[in-house]
Amino acid sequence: MIHEDMICPFCGCLCDDLVIETKGTEVVRVDNACTLGSHKLMNAGKHRLKGPIMRDSGQWRDASYEEAIEYAAGILLDADRPLLYGWSSTQGEAQGTGVSMAELLGGVIDSTTSVCHGPSILAIQEVGHPGCTLGQVKNRADLIVYWGCNPTEAHPRHMSRYTTYADGYFLENAFRDRKLILVDVRKTETASIADEFVQVKPGGDYAVLSALRAIVRGREDVVPPTVAGVTKEQLLRVAALCKEAKFGALFFGVGLTMSPGKYKNVRNAIELVDELNRHTKFTLTPLRGHYNVYGSNEVFTWMTGYPYAVDFSRQIAFYNPGETTAVDLMARKECDAALIVASDPGAHFPKKCLEHLASIPTVLIDPMHTMTTPLVKCQIPTAVTGMDAPGTAYRMDGVPIHVKKFLDLGYPTDTEIIGKIFEKVKEVRHP
Amino acid sequence: MSELLVKNAYVIDPINHIDGEVMDIAVKDGYIVEDVGPKATVLDAEGCLTLPGGVDSHTHVCGTKVNFGRYMSPEDMRAGREVRRGVKHATSGYSVPTTYANSYRYALMGYTTLLEGAMAPLEARHTHEEFSATPLQDMMANTLFDGNWAVMKAVAEGDIERVAAIVGWTLSAVKGFGIKLTNPGGTEAWGYGKDISCIKDEVPHFGVTPAEIIEAMIQACEMLRLPHSVHLHCNNLGTPGNYACTIGTFNLVPDLNKTRQSLYATHVQFHSYGGSDWKTFCSKAEPVAYTVNNLPQIVIDMGQVMFGKTTTMTADGPMEFNLYRLHHNKWSNHDVELETGSGIIPVLYRKKNLVNSIMWSIGLELALLVKDPWRCLLTTDNPNGAPFVKYPEIIALLMSKKYRDAEFATVNRRTESRVILPALEREMDWNEIAVMTRAGQAKALGITGIGKGHLGIGAEADIAVYPLKVGEIDPAQEYQKIIDGFSKTRWTVKRGRPVARDGEILVHGENTTIWVDPKISPEHDMSHDPEFTEMFNHWYSVRMSNYPVQDEYLKRNLRIETEATI
Repeated sequence: MIHEDMICPFCGCLCDDLVIETKGTEVVRVDNACTLGSHKLMNAGKHRLKGPIMRDSGQWRDASYEEAIEYAAGILLDADRPLLYGWSSTQGEAQGTGVSMAELLGGVIDSTTSVCHGPSILAIQEVGHPGCTLGQVKNRADLIVYWGCNPTEAHPRHMSRYTTYADGYFLENAFRDRKLILVDVRKTETASIADEFVQVKPGGDYAVLSALRAIVRGREDVVPPTVAGVTKEQLLRVAALCKEAKFGALFFGVGLTMSPGKYKNVRNAIELVDELNRHTKFTLTPLRGHYNVYGSNEVFTWMTGYPYAVDFSRQIAFYNPGETTAVDLMARKECDAALIVASDPGAHFPKKCLEHLASIPTVLIDPMHTMTTPLVKCQIPTAVTGMDAPGTAYRMDGVPIHVKKFLDLGYPTDTEIIGKIFEKVKEVRHP
Repeated sequence: MSELLVKNAYVIDPINHIDGEVMDIAVKDGYIVEDVGPKATVLDAEGCLTLPGGVDSHTHVCGTKVNFGRYMSPEDMRAGREVRRGVKHATSGYSVPTTYANSYRYALMGYTTLLEGAMAPLEARHTHEEFSATPLQDMMANTLFDGNWAVMKAVAEGDIERVAAIVGWTLSAVKGFGIKLTNPGGTEAWGYGKDISCIKDEVPHFGVTPAEIIEAMIQACEMLRLPHSVHLHCNNLGTPGNYACTIGTFNLVPDLNKTRQSLYATHVQFHSYGGSDWKTFCSKAEPVAYTVNNLPQIVIDMGQVMFGKTTTMTADGPMEFNLYRLHHNKWSNHDVELETGSGIIPVLYRKKNLVNSIMWSIGLELALLVKDPWRCLLTTDNPNGAPFVKYPEIIALLMSKKYRDAEFATVNRRTESRVILPALEREMDWNEIAVMTRAGQAKALGITGIGKGHLGIGAEADIAVYPLKVGEIDPAQEYQKIIDGFSKTRWTVKRGRPVARDGEILVHGENTTIWVDPKISPEHDMSHDPEFTEMFNHWYSVRMSNYPVQDEYLKRNLRIETEATI
């Protein structure tokens, strides 16, 4: 069976032009996807956990969904400070149910945002965000800047769908007419096609952004001969390219958000873009990783007022990244039960946090064995949104996409499982 | 079957010409009926003022830019937090509250129907998701067409039927309610950092003017027989001297519809400015209101500014950037490919500020100078002029010259020479307030036929009982009682069910999304039009097949099918 215009549930690009061919429950062909998306989709039905598993005196054993759901509700109800973490690779509907459950439990809900673009949001909360949808960049931009990211490897179709290789309505020969600037600490594959590759010494992004701002404001006299390893000549060239562009688009990744300076780097980038808007049109977009991490920010925001790290322990929504973020709660050994949904902290969190996670009752909702599996007491497999479940996801630019289903493997969805846990919670803790 | 009887209600129901009659209102299964049985639940209004549920015909409460306003403003979220209690969720936000907070606060003020003023079609799914989380009001979404490429091309070709076909296809696809034009042509120009100054400027690359877009859309709207008229945010918002552009725009409008206006001009306060720069800034409410008085085909809303902190948000991206350059606060912008734009900045309207004081005066002047209350509706363009929780204060200002004078004494002293407000003696009565806050709004939106904005037999049982005894209060003198009374209903009844009582939310609720589905002949069906589909799949960043909002995004909904003439 051929499924057209399918949506790839891998990264924040949410490419929606995939053609997937299935035979029964096997995927036999995927067209238009990148290597990452293809790999995920070609193996759609593989490596799935057959059913829930629970740990009994150190050994895994099979469990029923009912038993696992009962257990999950029990540990959350017993906890003083439950943490509901993850949410980036699941349907928006599950995220909403998660927020309601965290609210009733008086728990903390956080998404993987806090370990990727959390600093970007802190910067946006200080100075705003001049952005646009990706089609706006595709049709208009004659200058693309990638800063602290490597789209060739991490968002492989970003350049062909939205930037360098994409057709643009207002550009005669889009590929030739569009300039590309890459700013990074190392020479990646993307550098080979850049018109300017700006190699910044690690930790020097903030200084380079400040130098560019000074030049754009007409104060090149204050810029020294080199800034964080970048020559003044090159900075002048880059600033001139930015000012001369008719439409510039800056994309940035965790190379900017998680390097020294963190949210201050992003703030400086936003303020550079603000400044450039006094000369031309310029926009900025964070390259979001997980396909629906932005959706978690959207859902959390309309329900609670805050995009991540929301603490309901006082019955109000309280937000204080650094205190109410998952890593910090674990490092302080504060949370005493955790529900991990559609994410893999076992692969990304500091050891100290994982030691604490392993010491408390934790349930993982994830279709496959992951690096988090060895740390939890119970795992519940569910359908994968975009494969065997439909749902809502928000692209990195805020465009909401209905992610479609093309397989039926008989697994319940994340929304169904979390909904059932929530029902059990409500039996004990009445709204 | 559920039955309810609101007894001893002092009813003002302008659509049914009831102006202060003590009566009982019977409700069965969510609708107003002649009579109910003895087992009906009884609410004794004890002679209190009882009105149809409030209707807000222009507010920003759900969707991409509203949520971005929340996302970028933790300081505003902290300013409006309340604890979770009973059926009530925890809430955050003062000027851009969470969806639940919006819903609760509107319900406590007796509002039961809201029109989201601006939905970008590409991001419609988001608006509908937030509608689902706004449980206590029925919702509609005005759909943005100000920079729509397909529309502008059809306008350039002079093909009005094609304009109508595109609008009809889009409204059906995104489950929208009406046509919204925000700075027509200007949002497209902003794609390259430019703007449009008035209706005769040409939109770069498209060879059309705002005047041509507005005229074509007014005709297309009638061809589609939409319940609501074109809903226009004029070009050149917020600049000194823009009143001339506003009047020029109004003079374009033909009178094409017998049952309602042909153009709804929104937040006209922001478009009634005189002077040639900020130093000479002054009110031009008088000539604007004069024009409105002479053109029965136009309805406006106030867009009243009230002092204090708020967040401005509009599809008018270039205007927000200009505002940012004045305020130097924080600025967000979000252009939407092939369609529209948007911008957000927080602002503080201050009494000490001359411009802000003049803006405050202009909104009130418009309401007092437009003779017919059916044609000037009470709004703040929530949250642009002020958060909607300020409506009771605006009602009091309109009802009391004494209150206006007392407030006027506290604003910037130089305001007096720039406005005419102190010279206006008019004090509105209860009936006029009922028109401006529900009856007129429902009529302008074209939803009285589906039972909104009135309490006649067969109407939806959306009822607001306010703790106000009309005969015992002199609104001209006791304005604080007016503010208190309109801030908190004794009961708000939604679809026959009490949802709020004395400031408490009683139920979780379930709203209805009202949308329009024009029935168009197959030869005008854009889904098979080669040029349209080609444009879609080549220049949009989503495939055409992934663009329409699926039915599952609308929980409970009312589809209004219209018989288009194309």
